Amino acid sequence: MLKVNNLRAGIEEKEILKGINLEIKAGEVHAIMGPNGSGKSTLSSVIAGKEEYEVLDGDILLNGESILEMDPEERAHEGVFLSFQYPVEIPGVTVTNFIKTAINESRKARGLEDMPASDMLKMIREKSELLEIDRKFLSRSLNEGFSGGEKKRNEIFQMAMLEPKLSILDETDSGLDIDALRIVANGVNKLRSEDNAVLVITHYQRLLEYIVPDVVHVLVDGKIVKTGGKELALELEEKGYDWIKAELA
Amino acid sequence: MSLKDKLVSSHIVFQESLDPDSPIYDVRNEAIKHFEEAGFPTKKDEAWKYTSLNKIIKPDYSIFPNGEAGLDYKDVKRYFLHSLDTYKIVFIDGVFSSHLSETTHAGIDVCTMRSALTKSKYKAVIDVYFNKIAPKESLISLNTAFAKEGAYINIPKNKVADKPIEIIHFSTGNEAATMLQPRNLVVAGENAEVQIIERHQSLTENPVLTNSVTEIFADKRANVDYYKIQNDTPEASLIDNTYVDQYDDTIVSVHTFSLGGKLTRNNLNFYQKGEHIDSILKGVTIIGEKQHVDHNTLVHHAQPNCESHQDYKGIYDDNSTGVFNGKVYVDKIAQKTNAYQSNNNILVDDKATINSKPQLEIFADDVRCSHGCTIGQLDESALFYLRSRGIPKKEARALLMYAFANTVLESVKIPQLKERITKQIANKLGVNVGFAL
Ligand SMILES: Nc1ncnc2c1ncn2[C@@H]1O[C@H](COP(=O)(O)OP(=O)(O)OP(=O)(O)O)[C@@H](O)[C@H]1O
Ligand SMILES: [Mg+2]
Repeated sequence: MLKVNNLRAGIEEKEILKGINLEIKAGEVHAIMGPNGSGKSTLSSVIAGKEEYEVLDGDILLNGESILEMDPEERAHEGVFLSFQYPVEIPGVTVTNFIKTAINESRKARGLEDMPASDMLKMIREKSELLEIDRKFLSRSLNEGFSGGEKKRNEIFQMAMLEPKLSILDETDSGLDIDALRIVANGVNKLRSEDNAVLVITHYQRLLEYIVPDVVHVLVDGKIVKTGGKELALELEEKGYDWIKAELA
Repeated sequence: MSLKDKLVSSHIVFQESLDPDSPIYDVRNEAIKHFEEAGFPTKKDEAWKYTSLNKIIKPDYSIFPNGEAGLDYKDVKRYFLHSLDTYKIVFIDGVFSSHLSETTHAGIDVCTMRSALTKSKYKAVIDVYFNKIAPKESLISLNTAFAKEGAYINIPKNKVADKPIEIIHFSTGNEAATMLQPRNLVVAGENAEVQIIERHQSLTENPVLTNSVTEIFADKRANVDYYKIQNDTPEASLIDNTYVDQYDDTIVSVHTFSLGGKLTRNNLNFYQKGEHIDSILKGVTIIGEKQHVDHNTLVHHAQPNCESHQDYKGIYDDNSTGVFNGKVYVDKIAQKTNAYQSNNNILVDDKATINSKPQLEIFADDVRCSHGCTIGQLDESALFYLRSRGIPKKEARALLMYAFANTVLESVKIPQLKERITKQIANKLGVNVGFAL
């Protein structure tokens, strides 16, 4: 599904990603953990196509095709979805209008007609129930004045609506209370299938108890320095990152 | 001959054609004298620092356009709020079109200024209200000197206009260049309520210059809700002069939608002459190419316990230019005033410019006044967020611009009008995004 080959990227003079290699197959869940500032969000943004970052070397392939030349919207149309660590507030656009526009633009890109309003409503109802989102919420301006947890839940609602192939969840767990974490994780699990893949970025083992990863990677200073099974997450939670850094030194 | 000379010499002929017993015969004479002395404003005048009329007054305008052109309703239907039942006062090249209009005298007067100025039964109202608040400025005097036609709306005490009133000025371009000077008067008596929509529409690419004056009086507890749609052709310019007098417990709001035209200048002044008044001034400007829109507002708080709310949003593309000059005066006795003003602008193209100048003069000490002005580009992180959800760049930009302007649209109280303007804005932004409004 996703293949990242020797990816180097940065901003202005600063190199942030220093040669990342990563392969995620359809049906898999991978987790990336790593200290603050190691480049996790940068990697997510580069995969989603944020133009601010410059790719210096390497490639990103989605189902065998390079997506580096694609605009963010084209990547979305190909099935890439990023749940933002810090979702942006957009006053004046309601959640509902936003999601309708997003869905219909993606359909347009695939040569499809707009989704009939009744189907849209039905889908919105189903997905908001899945994530236990109050309907009133949907007529509010996108993320404006949402609590940290509400923003994250809204990200996963969008994911559920857009049905992506590759979902990158950048610290979706931070800000969620214990119940919300379970609801959101449960929502993500329901969306999993043999043809899609999930990349979970987190600092905590707790999320991974719900969304169980097949592979865990450790990102330190722009490089993946260790890869293992789900037990690696437990080990990191216990011991922190110092032992890995020591191994590297 | 310069336009000024032409106007001054034409006035003699004009005055001869009028009834010397007219209640405003002398007023017109004085006005032309004042215009002759003062001339058109220039950039040397502080209030016209960023707006030059030089190019606008060049064409050889017909001052008394031949008003014989007829229009079929079906050809101009789209300029009306056709989905809504309204009274209509319609002019074609400055001449009243009874064919396209729907006036009334049933309890309220919705008719022409010509009737009001010539029929004796209106004399009392004209004597009290005509040319009483418009300040002595050259363009006002020019309009007064030629005042003859326009809309006359009188909603007496305790009456509510049963439907909105549309005032539409068409210019057909049957003259190479046309100058129009409509004169409107709106009088809302105690507890009266009225909604008015005004629009100036040129139907060709021939130059049109409109110098319009509107005076609005709101007596105690009256409610006046006024909308100006400025979406004219690239060769049409408009100088709109609107003056509002408010008495105790009135609410008057003026929304201005400036979406097209060559040069648009809005002089909008509110004078608060009672207590517990609310004055609402809102505007959305979306222009491009070499268009120019200038909002020159004044709210004069002269009594205690009043409010004013100014919210102007501007989106400027290409080489367009915007001006916002918002003045708030708070007199010493106007304690407990709440005056808010905000002017937010997005420059889509770095060749576009905006001059934003708030002027607050506050002489009372117990007041709440705030003003804010921002000039920026579209928020890149918001743009990325929308694009990452599959919304293409152009649509994402349009969505953000729409959202930016939306705070002003929210307060439009006529749903059909709101829908209409929303569509015009979407058109203007060049997209058909699927957001329901
Ligand atoms: N737009 C930017 N401009 C300047 N520096 C940046 C920018 N984006 C990222 N960086 C820097 O790159 C490094 C990696 O940042 P990134 O946000 O990817 O870290 P992270 O691993 O997601 O951290 P956290 O766990 O705190 O979320 C940091 O040092 C950060 O300051
Ligand atoms: Mg991060």
